[in-house]
Parts: sequence; C-alpha cells; structure tokens
Amino acid sequence: MRLASLQKAVARAVMQPLTRNERMQRTTPRGGRMSAYAARFIKPNNRLTSFERLEIYNRQYWFRLLSSMIEDFPGLRAVLGERRFESMSKAYLTECPSRSFTLRNLGAHLEEWLHQHPNWIRDKQVLALDMLRLEWADIEAFDGKAETALRSEDLNGIAGPGLRLRIQPYVRLLKLHYPVDDLLLEVKEGHDESADFASNAFQERRKRSKVRAVAKLKPAQVFLVVHRVDFSVYFRRIKQEEYLLLGALRNGKPIERAIEVAFRKSSVPTADRAEFVQHSFQTWATLGWFCRPDENVRGEKSREERA
Amino acid sequence: MPANRFNNFTDYGIGIGLRAPHYDHILSRKPVVDWFEIISENFMIDGGRPLHILDQILEQYRVVQHGVSMYFGSAGRPDREHLRRLKDLVKRTGTPWVSDHLCWGSVDGRYTHDLLPMPYTFEAAKITAQKIQEVRDFLEVPVAVENVSSYAEYHVSEMTEWEFLNEVVERADCGILLDVNNIYVSSRNHSFDPLTYINSVPADRVAQIHIAGHSKFQKYILDTHDHPVIDPVWKLYDRAIQRAGHTATLLEWDDSIPSFQEVQDEALKANRFLAETQLGVAV
Repeated sequence: MRLASLQKAVARAVMQPLTRNERMQRTTPRGGRMSAYAARFIKPNNRLTSFERLEIYNRQYWFRLLSSMIEDFPGLRAVLGERRFESMSKAYLTECPSRSFTLRNLGAHLEEWLHQHPNWIRDKQVLALDMLRLEWADIEAFDGKAETALRSEDLNGIAGPGLRLRIQPYVRLLKLHYPVDDLLLEVKEGHDESADFASNAFQERRKRSKVRAVAKLKPAQVFLVVHRVDFSVYFRRIKQEEYLLLGALRNGKPIERAIEVAFRKSSVPTADRAEFVQHSFQTWATLGWFCRPDENVRGEKSREERA
Repeated sequence: MPANRFNNFTDYGIGIGLRAPHYDHILSRKPVVDWFEIISENFMIDGGRPLHILDQILEQYRVVQHGVSMYFGSAGRPDREHLRRLKDLVKRTGTPWVSDHLCWGSVDGRYTHDLLPMPYTFEAAKITAQKIQEVRDFLEVPVAVENVSSYAEYHVSEMTEWEFLNEVVERADCGILLDVNNIYVSSRNHSFDPLTYINSVPADRVAQIHIAGHSKFQKYILDTHDHPVIDPVWKLYDRAIQRAGHTATLLEWDDSIPSFQEVQDEALKANRFLAETQLGVAV
C-alpha cells in the first residue's frame, strides 16, 4: 500500500465519530466491519488487536478536538447544555474537520455551519449565535494583530475633511440581542485556560468542567466592543451611535460621513452631538483603538494640501 | 560532538518547556534556566499576550522552537501559510535549530492534530526526507526530527523504527531530537529492546534530547507528559548521552503541570548523568 493511500485509509478511521460509549465504531462509514478494515493495515500484538490499536488513535482524535471545543466555547456549551454541545461539536467536526495547522482555528467555521444546521440551536438560536459570536470575537481579540496606535501628533497635516481613521485589527464590534457578555464572564469564572497542546501529550481523562446553569436571560440589545488593554481582553458596552460610528470608520468611511451614519436615527439631541463625538473619540484614542495612518496615506494628504 | 551542525554548533544544557502556568513565576522571579523550549504553534499568531510574553522571555533567555504540526511524514506538500508563519517566528526567536516530529497527521489539508506513526517503508522515508529538506531550505535553520511514541504498527513496514529514523535523517541530512521517553514507551508497546534503538541512532546527528513521564494502562503505555521521569527512562538517557555526549536536554511536562520549581528540579536531575559524560564519550 502506498503512503498516500495508507494515510487516507487510517485518517478515515481515526476521524470517524466514536460511539456513545466513546469507543471506536464497529462498522466503517461504508458499512464494512471495522475490525477487518483495521486488520488490513494495522498489526495486532499479543495484547491488542488491530482494532484496539487503531481505536487508541480514534479516541485521541476525538478527545483532543472535543476538549479544544470545550475550552474555546464554554459559553455556548452553557447555553446548549453539555450533551447537546458535545453532539453538535461532533457533527460540526465531522462535516468541517480542521483545515488549519493550529487548534486555535477549530471553531472558525462554526457560525456559518450553525446557520446551515439551525436544528442544533433550534430553541435558542439567537442566544446561541450571540454567544458564539462573542466567544469567537474573544479569541480573535486575544491574539489579533495590533498596529502602532495613533498619537495626536500623527494627525498633524492630515486632520480635516476626508480623513479616514483605521480601527485596530484586534478590535471586534458586536451587536447582540442578549447580554451574553455578562453570562460569559460568569461561565468563565474559574474556567481553566492554562492547558497547552504540546508534543505528544494526550489527555485520556476528559475535561468535564461542570456546566453552569444558564440563567434565563431576557433579551436586551447590547452594542459591544471586544478589545484588549495590556494584553487582556475586555468587553466594553457602547451606545448604538458609537457602534455605528466605529463600524463606519472600520468600513473606510471618512470621519464626517461616519458621523452622519451614526446619528441618522439617533435620539441624541443635535446640540449634544459634538460633545458626544469628541468624548467618544477621546476615549477610543486613549484605549488605543485607532491605528496610526499609513505613511502613504499621510503622504497623499500632504500632497493634496500642497496642491 | 554535542555542539554539531544540527544544533547550529551550540552547547545548550538543560532546558525547560515554556508553559502558560509558569509565565508569572518566570517573569517575576527570573529563575536561572539555560534555555526554554517553546511550542512553535502557540506563538504563530498575529499579536497579543503570547507574543508579548515571548518577547519578554527572549530578553532574558535563550529559546528553541519545537513544532507539533509540520507533519514531515504526511504525503502532501507543506502548508505554505504554516511555513511562512514559522519562518516569521524563527526570525523573532533566533532559535538555533527547529524540531518537529517524525510522523504524519494531515491528509488532503485535513488535520488530525495528532502524531500518527509512520509506516517504515523506503517510499515513506524518501517522501519524508524531501519534505524535511524543503522545510529546512525555507526556514534557513537546521532541522531536527523527533521520534514519536506509538501505539500501532503497519503491515507494510519494511524495517524497524530505528532503521527508518536512520534512513530518513541520512537522506535528509538532518539532525535528531532523540526522545528517550518515546523510545521507552514504544519499546513497551511493541516489545523491542530500547537499548538496541538507542545504540542504533547515529550519535553524531543528535541535536537535542527529550525526557518526560508517561502513563501506564493495562495493555499499553501512553505518552502523556504528566508525570516525573521514571528510572528506566533515566537509564536510557544515561546511555544516550554516553553515546552522544553532553547534549541539550529538555524535560517535557504538558499536563497536570506542577509548580515551576518542581518541573525544574525534575529537569535538573539530568545533571547527574551529564556530569559523568564530561569524563568521556562512549560509542
């Protein structure tokens, strides 16, 4: 058997879902006997059959990936409940196996997949998707890229009409229908995030951190920024106008146009808007959310002014 | 012999795996550690705390990179994004060499995130060696491959594991990260003499040594890195450094991680054996 064929055959068995008892299935996806399938390429020894030897890898695969899902999405697990979360994770990983060298990206397609398979979140769709988006934003804010923060002197020569400000890549903006930020903080309290995937270490014992009861959250619209300060991730609630303003800036709108977007349907009195905007920009600049403009942008602006 | 072209002519001593539960202790107490080994994939990211911690560590310590997902033995080509990020990290850390495992773990772009055992065939050795060369040429640092612990063997194998290791490293002209705990684990799982393995390894290619603990189950042993090193593994280590000389040695402890002091005390037990090798190298 050639290397590529052997690896495909082994991977097919290793990535096949486990039984309810967390053992390797007795049949292959094509309906054959797994024991015969395993015996085709795995040697038995005097203690373990071919099936049992292959099963060690099958179980390792699922234990490792499910542990990673539990670690990354404790909030979604709390919302769905332990059993449904596990079943959902198995279905997701079976249809969308990891295509990244790092487990960090394991849940990258989960939101898209849940939109296609809403039965997994049938009675809690909005809450579950809110929580998932928050937890993915948390992951991205944790290790996302940070560019040099804008300083006031960076604006010299470029401030004025048409100025576009860029938002830090690690900053995530969320419009939520439930206050899942509070719930996630509660769920994560005492959650162990210290585990490293390293070398050949395999966790036979499953991390079965107790799922906290989810308080019956009442819907409430929340505008949230997931950001970081001194390398720790924070959730900061903002007003709708701030959300719209930041979103418009992120989409490349010039400041004056972004302000228009922010206040189009605002209840903030016109007389108070200038102060509102000034205060918002001051806060965001202090938090380092704006990036220093590109050198070429600053150059273009200077040339425009000279012309 | 210990400082060789496979570890970039360095003479590192005993190192410790850099793990998140120890960050605060290391940065606040600044313990004396010869070098830290990092899991490359944990730092192949765009920003944030992990890279900030790494930069602080790099200000005071020497760091060597160890990978877990290059999968030299997978039949497919290396992932370009993986290579690009790994090279960025190599530039950041200044690692004298990089290591990863002699195993496979991905098929057609799908990752198992496990270290799956190779079939010991000449075809597999050739494909694996080509990939190691490709990675080394791209990264522009020496590469060492680590023997993995395994729980299964294939009918198609044409040679022993140590013959396969030798075939690969000779073809690729690369170094070896000799994991003596993995040799012990595999020897128990596959009923071979671990000393035969140790004595067959080309000592002049050993760039680094790993030691670790493991877990015993009823019918097999699992490489869990969650216990102290047992005496039979220390004996294998003793033999390995008798042959290879005073080699960079790293204790792996990745699960149920105790205090930094406990990990360091366990790692420094290697000094007992290293001191003796100063007197001479056996072959």
